[in-house]
Amino acid sequence: MARIIVVTSGKGGVGKTTTSASIAMGLAKKGHKTAVIDFDVGLRNLDLIMGCERRVVYDFVNVINGEATLNQALIKDKRCNQLFILPASQTRDKDALTQEGVGKILDELAKDFKYIICDSPAGIERGANLAMYFADDAFVVTNPEISSVRDSDRMLGILASKSRRAENNEEAIKEYLLLSRYSPERVSLGEMLSVEDIQDILSLHLLGVIPEAKSVLNASNSGTPVILDKESTAGQAYEDIVARYLGEDRPHRFINEEKKGLFGKLFRSK
Amino acid sequence: MSLLDYFKSSKSSSASIARERLQILVAHERTSRNQPSYLPKLQAELLAVVKKYVNVDENAISVNFEQDEEREVLELNIILPDETTH
Repeated sequence: MARIIVVTSGKGGVGKTTTSASIAMGLAKKGHKTAVIDFDVGLRNLDLIMGCERRVVYDFVNVINGEATLNQALIKDKRCNQLFILPASQTRDKDALTQEGVGKILDELAKDFKYIICDSPAGIERGANLAMYFADDAFVVTNPEISSVRDSDRMLGILASKSRRAENNEEAIKEYLLLSRYSPERVSLGEMLSVEDIQDILSLHLLGVIPEAKSVLNASNSGTPVILDKESTAGQAYEDIVARYLGEDRPHRFINEEKKGLFGKLFRSK
Repeated sequence: MSLLDYFKSSKSSSASIARERLQILVAHERTSRNQPSYLPKLQAELLAVVKKYVNVDENAISVNFEQDEEREVLELNIILPDETTH
């Protein structure tokens, strides 16, 4: 049985696509056949983060409209043969995605794939609603910032009421918190909400904390999911997250300030 | 309290302000999340009817909707003014 994971947040710019790319790569690297779908119709970007923007021929909407087959549209990752990318359409037609069409494609993917990652657009419009509608699990990406935390809470409300599982009275979507752009230094200075604060407010199971790291921008610049950067703290955090999701018991990292000497302070964060 | 603590506590303010604001806001938004959409209108119309007979304040009527697994409760609360004010 395939497992459908939605990566959501409500607010934009918190790291949904970065997270989708890394989680998908992480699961695929563990040997699970994984598809990652960009639901941001009109503002395609997952292809760039995955580094396959020049190989896009057909997209999600083409498949829904029957203009291409799923196999024609899926882009096989060059670094991992278990990973496939389904790019978003660049159409400006807001109604291009339909619940029926999305459902059909997910059903077809589910026959062949172990994990299907739905990279949700920001906001609470059609693309975001459809990205979460069919989900089994939700990764709620949150920044330690009030607007992001509030939006995450709004998304939890929508997840609980407007999903297939909710409508069919099935077991609720499993929700996980992924706290990104976290800076333990600023937390200890009292400038940033802490993991505990945010968990307290959202009451969500914490899957992992991704520290603020320069490597994230470097990775997106080069079209490499940051999880492949073994040196990067953010990459290691995503590696932990994938392992925890798959049931491994790993202690949380990157929550507390690392004790750095003067030397360490001079050469800050990788 | 040492001098160091003083600096620490003054600096811890912005995160703790954020936490307090969020706790209040999220709690409020959660209670209104599951409420039926007719609730504000119901409250306004009830107020109008009550006002015909009793001179009550705008805030004298509260309509609360609560939901648990077994039942839904619509609670209507009208605070009548003191006799002396008539």
